[in-house]
Amino acid sequence: MSDISYVRERFIPAESPPISDASAYGWIRRNLFASWSDSVLTIVAILAILYYLPPAIDWLFLSAVWTGTDRTACLTVDQGGALPTGWSGACWAYVGDRFVQFMFGSYPRDQLWRPLLVAAVFVALLVPFLIPKVPRKGLNALLLLIGLPVFAYFLLLGGRFGLRHVETSLWGGLMVTLILSFVGIVISLPAGILLALGRRSQMPILKTACIVFIELIRGVPLITVLFMASVLLPLFLEPGNNIDKFLRALIGVSIFASAYMAEVIRGGLQAIPKGQYEAADALGLNYFHKMAFIVLPQAIKLVIPGIVNTFIGMFKDTSLVTIISMYDLLGIVKASFGDSGWITPVTPLTGLIFAGFVFWLFCFGMSRYSAFVERRLDTGHKR
Amino acid sequence: MAIADARTGSGDPPKVSLLYNPALRSYVYQIVTIVVIAWVIWYAWHNASQNLARANMTAGFGFLNSRAGFDVAQSLIAYSSDSTYFRALQVGLINTLVVSAAGIVTATIVGLLVGIGRLSQNWLIARLCTVYVEIFRNIPPLLVIFFWYLGVLALLPSIRTIFQHLEENPDAVFFISNRGIYMPAPVFGEGFGYVLAAFAIGIVAAIAFAIWANARQRATGKRPPVLMVSLGLIVLMPLVVFLFAGMPLSFDYAIPGSFNMRGGMSIGPEFLALFLALSLYTASFIAEIVRAGIRGVAKGQTEASYALGLRPGQTTRLVVLPQALRIIIPPLTSQYLNLIKNSSLAVAVGYADLVAVGGTILNQAGKAIEIIAIWMLVYVSISLVTSLFMNWFNAKMALVER
Repeated sequence: MSDISYVRERFIPAESPPISDASAYGWIRRNLFASWSDSVLTIVAILAILYYLPPAIDWLFLSAVWTGTDRTACLTVDQGGALPTGWSGACWAYVGDRFVQFMFGSYPRDQLWRPLLVAAVFVALLVPFLIPKVPRKGLNALLLLIGLPVFAYFLLLGGRFGLRHVETSLWGGLMVTLILSFVGIVISLPAGILLALGRRSQMPILKTACIVFIELIRGVPLITVLFMASVLLPLFLEPGNNIDKFLRALIGVSIFASAYMAEVIRGGLQAIPKGQYEAADALGLNYFHKMAFIVLPQAIKLVIPGIVNTFIGMFKDTSLVTIISMYDLLGIVKASFGDSGWITPVTPLTGLIFAGFVFWLFCFGMSRYSAFVERRLDTGHKR
Repeated sequence: MAIADARTGSGDPPKVSLLYNPALRSYVYQIVTIVVIAWVIWYAWHNASQNLARANMTAGFGFLNSRAGFDVAQSLIAYSSDSTYFRALQVGLINTLVVSAAGIVTATIVGLLVGIGRLSQNWLIARLCTVYVEIFRNIPPLLVIFFWYLGVLALLPSIRTIFQHLEENPDAVFFISNRGIYMPAPVFGEGFGYVLAAFAIGIVAAIAFAIWANARQRATGKRPPVLMVSLGLIVLMPLVVFLFAGMPLSFDYAIPGSFNMRGGMSIGPEFLALFLALSLYTASFIAEIVRAGIRGVAKGQTEASYALGLRPGQTTRLVVLPQALRIIIPPLTSQYLNLIKNSSLAVAVGYADLVAVGGTILNQAGKAIEIIAIWMLVYVSISLVTSLFMNWFNAKMALVER
């Protein structure tokens, strides 16, 4: 072989890939400066980030006040404090000082173990419920959706089993936000299923009643439903009734959530092929068996993302009870702006950023989990 | 067994107990429904009349004609505290519609830009748009309203600072303060009608020209310069008329009053906070809808249009967007409806929308049932009209199949 002089005996070492393809330079070239207009956009974006981000970080962290016991900690010299003139920054000392109030409202401080215990049980039941691998989902759901509310009702309200009675007007903060949205979820799921089934039933009167309810509630803002619950409910009940304000808000939120949940579940019911209904009929199942064992399990699985989105919406919407002067997380943060101990120019912004961050944490967590479930349940029936 | 029984029986259908007769059951269920609903209504009605009698109040809409007695900060129609409750509600409705319309337009534009931005090849732009969407759609809109109202707009310079500023620069006409934005109000003089007429004629002519241009393009393959001609017709022609009519336009400047600015045009911080929050919040949802819509158009469509020699801009405008619109419109409709409903959060910052005005009347006149009935009627009608319009638009855009 070796006498054929024009055949190479060794491989040439491989060329490195073109610089425009593999290096950091290539990446930047492709993703940031691919074209003339792209470069302009990138430069504008970088300038905007350089202009806004450092002051924001400075305001939030570097110039922020972290310790202090009253408003003087966050005031400049000419406002009566000790900070240099022209200072502006977050007043985290205020959030730290009011933290317990933001979480539990005016719940008696010596009884705080009660909401804390409920929260611990809630987490202990929720975490295994959310992890797909943990068995006994049915029992878990039963405990979470029915056992926990009953347990929380007796423990938080008290007045029985030797526990001190704590009026709902003392409840507040994140606790109220979580209770309102959780009860809304627990009631809206079954109520939404019933309304959705009613809307798709063959019986004209039942169907009309469900459509009118759903469309009427969905057509109006939550705030009018809350006004309805807080103003009209006492008017429509027995004279002399004194229905609890918290209960009124709960009823308002639940009614509203049920109507939205009904539409989400109806979407799932409509997506089930007719053959499933017919097959169930052919097996001789009655209506309730057909729905409970064949149709609903498939329909609900299809709309889990929609259900979680409704939950997220509901969680955000509970902040509206602020307007009917209840103290959920947003309400209590806003109320604390008028608290003479902490009136400073930066208090509102700090408080709202804190509340916004808490809401964001919960909603973002829920939406991530929803995306995870969606991927897991995606059994590949899509085209 | 069952088969044997059926065979040995006579030709009659098998007898079913009345208990299992579906038709009968359905009647029973519905009668029960009617009875329950009627009982609930009667119970509520009975209690309400007793409660009202106790509080010495009467029901009915007669109160709408009595004097309102409260002021409204922002009103586009003539209103004073001597006007009737009905007039006050009209003011509220108009304010609701104004903030909703402004919010819908802004949210659509921002949402479209951010949605397209999230799909951009530019890594930085895509990341920034993602951050925007993830922040705003996970925070309650009410909190965003407070953020603007209490956290940002309240920190703007006070009116006193503006007065000082005006003494130093007497020529300034545009002010931003914590009481709102002040700017000169246009005063239309005689002859401005001609300008408006020219503008209207320009729009009609531009549409006519576009139709003719399309026909001509189909016939000859050449496209007349539609954009330039339309610009000339809509902008240049009214401008020329305006100059010839002797510039019949003057400005009413905002000047310092005793406690506040007088004259001019002002936009209150309540409106600004509500408008900004609603737009930015809804825009984050619209961005997601737009993104899903564009991704829903098959890649082959883009490739085919490149193969036909269309430029990227044309591909987006003529091939991708019309198809994406079909996916986008239904969820977009519900976002618009959400924005209109969320505008009721105005009550939290005191912008005089329908709910805020109604709430004042509710507290003042104690007409809870009537006010809530009016709210429901108005919002349900707005929702229905919006849905009807968007359904019509959707039907126009829908894929026409054989």
